[in-house]
Amino acid sequence: MSILVFVESAEGSIKKTSIEAVAYAAAMGGDVTAIAIGNIDSSELESLGNYGAGKVLHANDERLSNGLIQPYANVIAQAMQSEGANTLILANTSLGAPVAARVSIKMDASLVSNVVELPDTSAGFSVKRSIYTGKAFAAVELTKTNKILALKKNAVEVKETGGSAAVETFAADLDDSLFQTKITSTDKATGDILLPEAELVVSGGRGLKGPEHWSIIEELAKELGAATGCSKPVSDMDWRPHHEHVGQTGVKVSPNLYIAVGISGAIQHLAGVNSSKVIVVINKDGEAPFFKAADYGIIGDAFDVVPKLTEAIRAAKS
Amino acid sequence: MKILVCITHVPDTTSKIAFTDGDTKFDKTGVQFIIGPYDDYALARAVEIKEQSGGSITVLNVGEADTEPTIRKALAIGADDAIRVNAEPTDSLFVAKQIANVAKDGGYDMILMGRESIDFNGGMVHGMVGELLGMPAISPVMKLDIEGDTAKLAREIEGGKEYLDVKMPFVAGCQEPIAEWKIPNMRGIMSARTKPLNVVEPAGDEAGATLKQFELPQAKGSVKMIDADNVGELVSLLKNEAKVL
Ligand SMILES: Cc1cc2nc3c(=O)[nH]c(=O)nc-3n(C[C@H](O)[C@H](O)[C@H](O)COP(=O)(O)OP(=O)(O)OC[C@H]3O[C@@H](n4cnc5c(N)ncnc54)[C@H](O)[C@@H]3O)c2cc1C
Ligand SMILES: Nc1ncnc2c1ncn2[C@@H]1O[C@H](COP(=O)(O)O)[C@@H](O)[C@H]1O
Repeated sequence: MSILVFVESAEGSIKKTSIEAVAYAAAMGGDVTAIAIGNIDSSELESLGNYGAGKVLHANDERLSNGLIQPYANVIAQAMQSEGANTLILANTSLGAPVAARVSIKMDASLVSNVVELPDTSAGFSVKRSIYTGKAFAAVELTKTNKILALKKNAVEVKETGGSAAVETFAADLDDSLFQTKITSTDKATGDILLPEAELVVSGGRGLKGPEHWSIIEELAKELGAATGCSKPVSDMDWRPHHEHVGQTGVKVSPNLYIAVGISGAIQHLAGVNSSKVIVVINKDGEAPFFKAADYGIIGDAFDVVPKLTEAIRAAKS
Repeated sequence: MKILVCITHVPDTTSKIAFTDGDTKFDKTGVQFIIGPYDDYALARAVEIKEQSGGSITVLNVGEADTEPTIRKALAIGADDAIRVNAEPTDSLFVAKQIANVAKDGGYDMILMGRESIDFNGGMVHGMVGELLGMPAISPVMKLDIEGDTAKLAREIEGGKEYLDVKMPFVAGCQEPIAEWKIPNMRGIMSARTKPLNVVEPAGDEAGATLKQFELPQAKGSVKMIDADNVGELVSLLKNEAKVL
């Protein structure tokens, strides 16, 4: 069995979610080839061998620098064909998902997204996926020969194998008509820890009463090395940017630790955090529904508890 | 402007999720069904575009007869007519093929969808329809403005936004803040009753995946409360018990 993995990079490094995709493919068994598109250092690409990739194809046609979906899908479909790969694994990201959708049609493949575990191949080929915004799972069988899995974060434990991958240039045949859609600009927070990929998240709700109070959230996040999130009303009121809004209609996070401050725990908010490993809730109202979904809780005023917690974490470090 | 809006018929976001028949069927008991919240954004933006520049809005749902009240609600919000493909939506590929089949000869300038359905959360149907019809498909779209034959879109990416120029026709998966949700008014509700809702039979039954079994997550253990004056204890629990620090 030959498996192709689409790996994405950000600011020159391979994304963590893509490393998970390589590790997932390696855990499935078979020959793992990764494909990377655009500008990435070859040393980064070679390092994918450490997670189980035997070979890395690098498509670095200069037109492919900025993540355009249609040409990327064409490159990947061509790579599947040339490698004889009948399985494609990728992370379910803002680029991976639309690329997977298009490749599934080009390759006549079964496609399942939000996959949370390794496949079960004891009878056919089935996978477990998250549904109802994290409130349930479904085991689904992929019925076509070609298969594409778009993984949710933490679908597999990343193991280092100590290998190094051979990097080959991959020249895809791309018609100009694929480049009609133009990305005119991007507007991206740099340097920050990205919420969808974060291992630790500190999130604030309406209980913080105003954007001017966010410094206590930011200081706690900084001390922990965490990303910051918020509830929907907070981003609706423009206290925080939209991409920080967690929940049913926002980002679904799956960190090891989610700290919720001044968030009541409405079911739509919980839908975005229910795959967190550990949840801490800080709320001045002991009846807040979030406590029912929490592992640890503190009843108290955020303006009192959060700075003390930041201090305690600082103290524990030294 | 001729706009096709694809809507799902899904459990309200506050629904308790449960299954029956040996965890193979969704338990509809006591569940209220709504237009998918993201589809609702797509419809709202379509109504705004029609108000500005004229045209027509057709809503499309792949679903069985019980989805008709949801379709009527979309008509009440401002769609002109509706199509229901009479089939249970079992898999993204099946749904995408049905949508593409309806859209291929429809001459739509844009096909608006939600970023994802909130039952299966596939987030895949728009991309598949785009590929099937040879159109760009952009999702999740937070801003959509038309200038001549080009749409100016903002798409959310990890940690920010990407701005795109896309030629019509195209497919878009929408999310907030593309438009404000619209509530149907009395006149809308009255007129929706007589707007055309055409039922068509599905074209083929090709699918990519079949459901085997549902499963509910394990219930959380009970919460451990820590005194607000003793946050140090929380830090040590996170370190030594939960092992997340
Ligand atoms: C279709 C739909 C989709 C939605 N999607 C989302 C979504 O994706 N994400 C989301 O978050 N919401 C979503 N919502 C909204 C959701 O229903 C809630 O309204 C929202 O999550 C509430 O945000 P909040 O907890 O910040 O505010 P509130 O509910 O107002 O809660 C504030 C909390 O802060 C506490 N508090 C106040 N002062 C303090 C203090 N000094 N110290 C400590 N605690 C304090 C209060 O006790 C209270 O529990 C959606 C709603 C709908 C209908
Ligand atoms: N059964 C359906 N009928 C009509 N449109 C649908 C259906 N299922 C999905 N869609 C559209 O495709 C979008 C993405 O759905 P999904 O890929 O299932 O997350 C939805 O927001 C709808 O706009």
